[in-house]
Amino acid sequence: MMKDLFKVVRSRIGIDIQNPRKNKLNVPPGLLFKCPRCQSAIFKEEFELAGRICTKCGYHSRLTALQRLEITADKGSFIEYDQGLSSVNPINFPGYEEKVNSLIQKTGLKEAIITGECKIRGERCVIGIMDSHFMMASMGSVVGEKIARAFERAIDKKLPVVLFTASGGARMQEGIVSLMQMAKTSGAVALHSEAGLFYCTVLTDPTTGGVTASFASLGDIILAEPKVLVGFAGRRVIEGTIRQRLPDEFQSSEFLQAHGFVDMIVERKRMRHVLYRLLRFHKKEAVPDWIN
Amino acid sequence: MDKLTAWERLSIIRNPKRPNAYDYISSVFEHYYEMCGDRLYGDDRAITGGIATFQKLPVTVLATVKGKNLEQNKEVNFSMAHPEGYRKALRLAKQAEKFGRPVICLIDTPGAYCGVQAEQRGQGEAIAKNLKEFMRLQTPIISIITGEGGSGGALGLGVCDELAMLENAVYSVISPRGAANILWRDPQKEKDAANTMKITSNDLLKLKIADKIIPEPAGGAHNDVKMVCENIVEYLFEALKKNCKKSLENLLKSRYNKFRKVGMFNE
Repeated sequence: MMKDLFKVVRSRIGIDIQNPRKNKLNVPPGLLFKCPRCQSAIFKEEFELAGRICTKCGYHSRLTALQRLEITADKGSFIEYDQGLSSVNPINFPGYEEKVNSLIQKTGLKEAIITGECKIRGERCVIGIMDSHFMMASMGSVVGEKIARAFERAIDKKLPVVLFTASGGARMQEGIVSLMQMAKTSGAVALHSEAGLFYCTVLTDPTTGGVTASFASLGDIILAEPKVLVGFAGRRVIEGTIRQRLPDEFQSSEFLQAHGFVDMIVERKRMRHVLYRLLRFHKKEAVPDWIN
Repeated sequence: MDKLTAWERLSIIRNPKRPNAYDYISSVFEHYYEMCGDRLYGDDRAITGGIATFQKLPVTVLATVKGKNLEQNKEVNFSMAHPEGYRKALRLAKQAEKFGRPVICLIDTPGAYCGVQAEQRGQGEAIAKNLKEFMRLQTPIISIITGEGGSGGALGLGVCDELAMLENAVYSVISPRGAANILWRDPQKEKDAANTMKITSNDLLKLKIADKIIPEPAGGAHNDVKMVCENIVEYLFEALKKNCKKSLENLLKSRYNKFRKVGMFNE
């Protein structure tokens, strides 16, 4: 009789002690944010208030391109380039157009990157911001073309380039055409560099695959936000290939810095100031009188 | 201070209270932004490098770092750099060249690290490449030895247009201990080696390897860090003014000659 009594209570509170794995917390959707780095769940409100940063481990979560622009550029200084570029279906990949169209509807973006010109605390630069909410910001023809054009304009106008990278890599739906965007963008970086101009990349969550293997790794200075995922091949692919479990910090910004591929890890709230300072360092007019 | 022997100076510059690279950087320069990594293998904490301004002029700073206690020294490997340290320095020097920034090197190291991994990753190659590339780097390079100038590890940041030494600094082909070991097979004769090898700033000035001695307060730099930093600022101000004025062709020619003319022989 006693046993029965407990059974009833257990079923009422909805916890299955025999099978703890079956238990799911009954939380209203959208209330919690689960950090992909430290796995802790924090209140979404708290997470948003902290600027979309995990309050437990400091993981800097994804922003939309417009959110990023707002916290980076001087108000009203942004002039967008190449707004009109949109994707076609180069290899007739089934369902590609539908996918792109539905994302345009959903995100309000035309493609996975916005490019243009802006000022950061008064310092002019060409800026590009990738948005992982659009097809994981994979690089197809439009992304490649916008980046190449941004660099070419920067050469004409003798301006530095600041790129916020985020990408799942090359866009599979555009096949080999997307692979070639890696060479095309890297070529544009090379010309910009030859012109003696400054290029700074900011690695944000997640920067992987063909983007890591092209323009994202070519900055004169490479910054990264804390705890973000940066790498070439995905974790599961590597684990599957070498049949070993990888350490937790693998492919984090900190891991990359320790291995020599990131100059500075910069918190979001300091980013604008750091970019301003780096742009100042590379300004020709910054040379003081006493040296001449 | 003229009367101090090399051995006495060594004890001054090995004093744990002696200012390290970060002490000098924070008061000689403004806005130091440290840049990490060689883009190949790792980030060596034994060498710090980055961009700063000197009297409003953007410059690239490269420096070997000594720790102030055991914990710090473990992190910076007692200021003995691995190949990735020299490769980071070269990467940043090349960046300075691209943007026309002068390079300032602060050197205080017993030497490049000797170890299995350093050899596997090409310690010799890394230093050699720095010598070659620094010799032709198309921007002024000013180096200052602030403490120990240990052998190839120091020369890895020591190919320059002008070399200054803090008054008590030394610069030698090998650590006195190493010399005693090689010459007399007795590392205990370190003191004799130090005093015979002509390693003090005065010796180096006479040999025309060093161009300038930067004065220190009595007893050594740690007794008045502010004064030493002011003296460094004073020196850099003049050295940069002089070398930034030169045409690129003159700059590289006189840099080559600075090293080309070293050597003594009968013919």
